[in-house]
Amino acid sequence: MSMTRIYPYVGWLLLALALLVLAPAVLSDFRLGLLAKYCCYAIAAVGIGLAWGRGGMLVLGQGLYFGIGAYAMAMHLKLADAGPGGVPDFMALYGDATVPGWWEPLRNGGLALVVILVLPALVAGLLGLAVFKRRIKGAYFAILSQALAAAFAILLVGQVKTTGGANGLNNFQGFFGYALFDPANKRMLYFLAAGILLISILAMAWLYRTRFGELLVAVRDGEERVRFLGTDPANVKLAAYVIAAVLASIGGALFVPIAGIVSPDDVGVVASIGLLAGVALGGRASLLGPAVGALLIGYAETSLSEAFPGSWSYFQGALFVLVILLLPGGLAQLLGMVGRLNVRRGNSVDDHSPRGVPRGKQGETEVPRSASEEAAAR
Amino acid sequence: MRTKFSSRLLAASSVLALGLTATACGGAKTGDTATSESCVDTSGDTIKIGFLNSLSGTMAISETTVFKSLSMAAEEINADGGVLGKKLEIVSEDGQSEPTVFAEKATKLIQDDCVAAVFGGWTSSSRKAMLPVFEGNDALLFYPVQYEGLESSHNIFYTGATTNQQIIPALDFLKQEKKIESIFLVGSDYVFPRTANKIIKQYAAANGIEVLGEEYQPLGSTDFGTVVDKVKAAGADAVFNTLNGDSNVAFFKEYKGKGLTAAAMPVLSVSIAEEEVPGVGVGNLEGQYTAWNYYQTIDSPANQKFVTDFKAANGAKAVTSDPMEAAYTSLHLWKGMVEKADSFAVEDVIDAAGGVTYDAPEGTVEVDGENHHIAKTALIGEVNAEGLIDTVWSSEKPIEPDPYLKSYDWWKN
Repeated sequence: MSMTRIYPYVGWLLLALALLVLAPAVLSDFRLGLLAKYCCYAIAAVGIGLAWGRGGMLVLGQGLYFGIGAYAMAMHLKLADAGPGGVPDFMALYGDATVPGWWEPLRNGGLALVVILVLPALVAGLLGLAVFKRRIKGAYFAILSQALAAAFAILLVGQVKTTGGANGLNNFQGFFGYALFDPANKRMLYFLAAGILLISILAMAWLYRTRFGELLVAVRDGEERVRFLGTDPANVKLAAYVIAAVLASIGGALFVPIAGIVSPDDVGVVASIGLLAGVALGGRASLLGPAVGALLIGYAETSLSEAFPGSWSYFQGALFVLVILLLPGGLAQLLGMVGRLNVRRGNSVDDHSPRGVPRGKQGETEVPRSASEEAAAR
Repeated sequence: MRTKFSSRLLAASSVLALGLTATACGGAKTGDTATSESCVDTSGDTIKIGFLNSLSGTMAISETTVFKSLSMAAEEINADGGVLGKKLEIVSEDGQSEPTVFAEKATKLIQDDCVAAVFGGWTSSSRKAMLPVFEGNDALLFYPVQYEGLESSHNIFYTGATTNQQIIPALDFLKQEKKIESIFLVGSDYVFPRTANKIIKQYAAANGIEVLGEEYQPLGSTDFGTVVDKVKAAGADAVFNTLNGDSNVAFFKEYKGKGLTAAAMPVLSVSIAEEEVPGVGVGNLEGQYTAWNYYQTIDSPANQKFVTDFKAANGAKAVTSDPMEAAYTSLHLWKGMVEKADSFAVEDVIDAAGGVTYDAPEGTVEVDGENHHIAKTALIGEVNAEGLIDTVWSSEKPIEPDPYLKSYDWWKN
């Protein structure tokens, strides 16, 4: 393995140490809870890295899948709190105190987990089939995906009796038998979120090296070429989109017991763009960029809003403008620049761009054309 | 390479899984009871309190005014020597108009900043989001906005009106003074309007008033052509308006534009105060009714001082409204509770709360120790040409809070 190929894994190891050893040692329960929340966003961001960074699909509406996972989990927790045959508190307040039929399957914890993994895959699969097979792409796909997230949020708000409306679902007592008020259990949830995040990054590292991973990049850079070479780009994009949806759903499902609430604001357009922002900041096509970017955005948002409650959103805006102007490839690009400096100094770095960092505008890539075509031809 | 990698993936997953199982042991199971230790520091010569208002997002325009009046109350209290000899130290957080953020920031104020009490929240969803946080940590929240009732938390004090102090008196006014026989309901699509209308429909059924229609639009909607057409076609004696925010601008423009007037078909609004009138347009609102417990025009020494001080701090054009007054009052009420308890501890304050009074700008208010609401006088107002609101009818004496409407035999939840 050459040095540049090892770099991402050194990075992964550092991230793992920071998340699993350093953070629990130095952070208070409250701060660790916040980090757990950022990890949930980061899990969704890893999926966006695959679909957008590697696959070139601008997924502006991942809040939809984040929301499917979050609401499925929230509904299960509500039903579990209510006990066998019980009715969640808010239904008695706003509705007629009966549990609607489509809630019932979620009483079963195992079934709820299946729904969290399978439902987003089904929705993304059907949508992907309809969209990619018709060769809808670019801005049209982005607008469509965002419209779906908006529609989902509006639907949730309108169904006060069965979804809690704008209030969302909250006030959860337990998580699969563990009481949520107990700090020890909250730490467990943190390790669960951080662990799943680290595993999902490793899974991406593996996926990026498979034939599918290379085909995906090839489709991003030259969809028509891949088609001419005999592979249907739609299938490749569909697979990436489904994986991204499932990751977003897992992030959403973990978000619920950690944040203690989910509301339509967490799944709508603004939330979806928030998920994307971290990916852009970190470097969408790099391995660690999306996750690190999402963690950093979460941290920056909290710190800025705590330090400047009245004016923090201006700082956040300025941060985005700076990143887009100076670092279109995200923070990962910064590392790439350092790498190039090393080359000039004659250090033994054999590739002057780290894997997966697009330089300049979208569409450009570090993967040589011949490699993409080779992958497509295989 | 590929197989090597998948096996590494498997190894990493199993290590993590083992670690998780290890940490999970020893955690409390559901059904165990919570014990929370307060970290409030009462040793110094200051005491921390938290303000949690949306300073960004769609609610910022309203909640910023609440933040300003809370700040004014804190300055007053500090100038007056503080609470139990301790100066108030404010920790302010931005709720960002999102329930999830309200829950997070409330946790931060309680666990990280160790504040003695939190003041804020506006929308029902922000309150519902914060409720489990305050109950779980046994902390104190003062919530300053009129709301849909049917709630009474051990850890929350409600200084805005519940439904029997605002909506039911408004219906009494329409029935007794305007002699209405029919009504049309227009509201934003969220919890407060839907619950309010549930109450209104049951009141109407018990009092021989016919409900001719019930229309909802999503929050922020500005498309009211069809709604106003339906209102016009139905020809009700009055319209009960529970729209919130920007929707009011569109609704009242359309209402006036289609030739409907306050004289022929009055609209009674429960979410339009002095602050909102210029936004909707005085021309569109003049002569229409509102239901609150406070107006800037109240003629009392306490209110004159409140209005003068607020204008001095925030400019001559600044107006005062019901939620701002309720927030200002809430801080003074907390001071009264703490001084009566001679303690900052949450349970001591809650025990001392019943019967605490304050000579507020709206009149003297008294805390109900049972349901944590306050007795308030209902005031029906009419928007005047200057954009202020004149009282045209009042309940004469403060109405005891009844959040669950137990004293109304027509009410069935």
